[in-house]
Amino acid sequence: MKTRKYLLPVAAAGVLALSLSACGGGGSSSGGGGGNSGGGDAAANMDGRGPITYVQGKDNSNVVRPLIEKWNAAHPNEKVTFKEQTDQADQQHDDLVQNFQAKNANYDVVSVDVVWTAEFAAKGWLQPLKDKMALDTSGMLKPTLDAASYKGTLYAAPESSDGGILYYRKDLVPTPPKTWDEMMSMCSIAKSNNMGCYAGQFSKYEGLTVNASEAINSAGGSVLDKDGKPSLTTDDAKAGLGNLAKAYADGNIPKEAITYKEEESRQAFQDGKLLFLRNWPYVYNLATTEGSSKVKDVLGMTALPGKSGPGASSLGGHSAGMSVYSKNKATALDFMKFLTTEETQKFFATQGSLAPVLTKLYDDKDLVAKLPYLPVLKTSIENAVPRPVTPFYPAVSKAIQDNAYSAIKGEKAVDAALSDMQKSIETQSK
Amino acid sequence: MTAAATELRAQQDRGRRAAQNREKWAQGRTYISAAVILIWCLAPAYWMVVTAFREVGFTYDTSILPSHVTLDNFNTAFDTSFGNHFGQALLNSVFIGVVVTVVSLLIGVFAAYALARLNFRFKFLVLGFILGASMFPGVALITPLFQLFTNIGWMGTYQALIIPNISFVLPLTVYTMTSFFREMPWELEESARVDGCTQGQAFRKVIMPLAAPAIFTTAILAFISSWNEFLIASQLSSDATQPVTVAIASFAGAQPNQIPYTAIMAAGTIVTIPLVILVLVFQRKIVAGLTAGAVK
Amino acid sequence: MATELGPTPVKKPASGGAAPQRAPKKGVGEDNVIASQGKWASWLLAPTILALSVVIVYPIISAIVMSFQADAGLDPATGLFTEGGPAGFSNYVNWIAQQCSAPNGGTVACPPGTLGSQFWSATATTFFFTVVTVALETVLGFWMAMIMARTFKGRSLVRAAVLVPWAIPTAVTAKLWLFIFAFEGIANKLFNTTILWTGSEWPAKWAVIIADVWKTTPFMALLILAGLQMIPAEVYEAAKVDGATAWQRFRMITLPLVRPALMVAILFRTLDALRMFDLPYILTGGANNTTTLSILVINQIRQGFNVAAALSTITFIIIFLVAFIFVRFLGANVVEQQTGASRGKK
Repeated sequence: MKTRKYLLPVAAAGVLALSLSACGGGGSSSGGGGGNSGGGDAAANMDGRGPITYVQGKDNSNVVRPLIEKWNAAHPNEKVTFKEQTDQADQQHDDLVQNFQAKNANYDVVSVDVVWTAEFAAKGWLQPLKDKMALDTSGMLKPTLDAASYKGTLYAAPESSDGGILYYRKDLVPTPPKTWDEMMSMCSIAKSNNMGCYAGQFSKYEGLTVNASEAINSAGGSVLDKDGKPSLTTDDAKAGLGNLAKAYADGNIPKEAITYKEEESRQAFQDGKLLFLRNWPYVYNLATTEGSSKVKDVLGMTALPGKSGPGASSLGGHSAGMSVYSKNKATALDFMKFLTTEETQKFFATQGSLAPVLTKLYDDKDLVAKLPYLPVLKTSIENAVPRPVTPFYPAVSKAIQDNAYSAIKGEKAVDAALSDMQKSIETQSK
Repeated sequence: MTAAATELRAQQDRGRRAAQNREKWAQGRTYISAAVILIWCLAPAYWMVVTAFREVGFTYDTSILPSHVTLDNFNTAFDTSFGNHFGQALLNSVFIGVVVTVVSLLIGVFAAYALARLNFRFKFLVLGFILGASMFPGVALITPLFQLFTNIGWMGTYQALIIPNISFVLPLTVYTMTSFFREMPWELEESARVDGCTQGQAFRKVIMPLAAPAIFTTAILAFISSWNEFLIASQLSSDATQPVTVAIASFAGAQPNQIPYTAIMAAGTIVTIPLVILVLVFQRKIVAGLTAGAVK
Repeated sequence: MATELGPTPVKKPASGGAAPQRAPKKGVGEDNVIASQGKWASWLLAPTILALSVVIVYPIISAIVMSFQADAGLDPATGLFTEGGPAGFSNYVNWIAQQCSAPNGGTVACPPGTLGSQFWSATATTFFFTVVTVALETVLGFWMAMIMARTFKGRSLVRAAVLVPWAIPTAVTAKLWLFIFAFEGIANKLFNTTILWTGSEWPAKWAVIIADVWKTTPFMALLILAGLQMIPAEVYEAAKVDGATAWQRFRMITLPLVRPALMVAILFRTLDALRMFDLPYILTGGANNTTTLSILVINQIRQGFNVAAALSTITFIIIFLVAFIFVRFLGANVVEQQTGASRGKK
């Protein structure tokens, strides 16, 4: 009898574990990968007005708070509260997923990275911006709208944008190249100056997805077609990725570029080791002001080179989406409109160096004086292609990175890499 | 005769000298080896400290001695304007480490006592279970916990970091303490009981004070292992709750995409110094704790 | 020893009549003692077992349940996600047979660029790292321990210094070596090379191995040193007198006597290396074939919980099997030895 006794606590623990696991089993079916087919009711609360919350990542350059103060002063009954998330994109994403999953009505308007829009839309978490909830999108750059749309419906209001720029050495390159072939022909200049010719970001990470998609898009191809199906087995796609592979093989892209992320490539360019650099607009300020920069006075900027004209940049930036669980959707829509007004957009640009989504601002004299890269960026964004709009973005991005990396390094033929890319995207977007 | 004696003495001398030489040579080799060990162990750490004190513009300076010395990097490390929360992360690490250590010790000390002192059936099984728990891979925890915490809204909370931490610190404390307990003079407990103490009293009044050093050492080891945890925290923490390991791994610079190595090395130095001091001060105890039971 | 109840410094006044009541117990048979101690033990062990059940047993079972559920898929008509439902073994097939679901039903071999296609290479990488790092750490650790066991001036300095790498958090170690192995970093400068350490397969692998060996050899060395110090000096003296060479002494005395401690150290290091995550994750991001099983699980989590759960279960089983083989066939009898060798790293 007594011997049994000390087994009790152990047995109790076991039973507890089992009963807990039963709870877990029930919960798992609605997990993050798991669907939330019901979503919220998109038709509900469309006239609701009242206080709302705006959710965004860290407001490092302090642009959101002053804006919200301004809004609150004008709308005392529909005040906006700012919920600041972390800096880390993954954490922001997980926080949104968690709150949508919990149907949190307090996440009314959320800032969404362009690559998450499709996923959130497919989960049924974002309010479609159509009919009664439609947004005036005239005057907005088309690529930013494409990036905020899923299956032909707009799901978020473009908030800020970003695009790639080709930086070059004014002192060595008299007229900047317009096409990829032109740029490659100028590599002899680099050789005679004992420097590398061209680099982007070719380390195996999100930046490679950006660079590889740019190469494919610039050559006239595309990663996904209009229906979201991969279309990588085309001649254009082959030419695009082939450009990178060939340049790496013949040394026009220096060997160490395979380890470059944004910063390493900027550093190399600033140290005078590169003739051409593909990077984001942030480089401009640093390259012209940093003490150690050797390109301060000779920094040139132009659109990315394409097949016969400007190339197609990959698009960055954020959009503002409305939660279907919001109780005050009318207010939320007004606030989203407020975020895209000319005044707000100008404030974003001057205060936070965020590229505007309104076409006309790129020609604004004051803005251009402050951000001299705007005209170039305009060309870049006008020709930009959103990164693949798919609910399976992480898987698609991985498929591009892995195969593009092997192709650039010459470990795999370009066709084989593209066909593997095609197949992996097919198997994972089901 | 004298010639022979002289010869003998010379021979002895030569032998002694040869032996001395061999001895010297052996000593020399020992010192060379010791120097190699010292350099191998300390050089990378030295490089971290030197870089921590280098001006940011000279990040890639490769002169071996300190150059372009500055304290700026330490300010940068604590600067929150680039979205880093190193100061907060330090507090988080301390908080998480203390809670995990205290909870694990409170629970684990009883189990260790039972395992070291008592005879009972299935002891082998219990030991196996706890050992198995300590071998458990963190990734096997993370998937279900990621999903569970997402569903119940615990992502980024302290409890989401503390609970999984206990899963690998607790087995460690039980094991370390069990082997410490085995080596304690339990005769004292017996005599206390003969003197009329109950087993509980004997444990509390006699054994606990004697066990204090062992418990302290275990606490240090538990704290260090919690302090160094990365996998769970990298997935389940938020800016507000992330520990230093995650903060350092994702350290951001003044510009997006910039990796501020000098500030990272400064942060690394700050994180490491207290640990190194702790380890050096309690060197003997820690070594005893690490190796406890492995040799008997 | 326990029966010797000599005078003791600790004198506790007898509390009431407790002593007489307890006294008879000692005379009772073994079984009864075990039973009464068992009752005690069960109460003392209950909190630990309960806590471990909640933080470990629950997740294991939960992961197994999840691994038989399918992740949500898209409804082609609406473009919206729908529930996955039961999946049978398909999540395991995704990894072990590397079969991904084909766009038009059925399965195809997972093409490169999917996580499924990386399972076997990640397994191979994990075992490669494990074998190489543990082997290097054992040899180097042995050597370091032999040096530290000698008497020389500054010995305590060396013994303290080896604890420094052990005390630095792995995440910091990874950042440090990333900086050392940067293209313009000190490693290339010192050896006058221009290796892209994180840019291609073998340098990247060696970068991980070097960093791991640096970090964990001290732990190995200290365990072996503890084992060495258990060997009485007279044994060596006797062997010397018998004319055994240094190598003979090492093989016939040192090795066999250190073996139990060594096996335990190797077991712990092996199990630790099999779940290696922080170092390659921060150092190489898993690029160039440095993705370990743990990294693969983490990469999969955001692409689908349930498929990730299958992989984490597989990882658990692999580690369990390796531990089993060690204990069963290689004589690393940890439980009986009752080691407290808390693994130095985590």
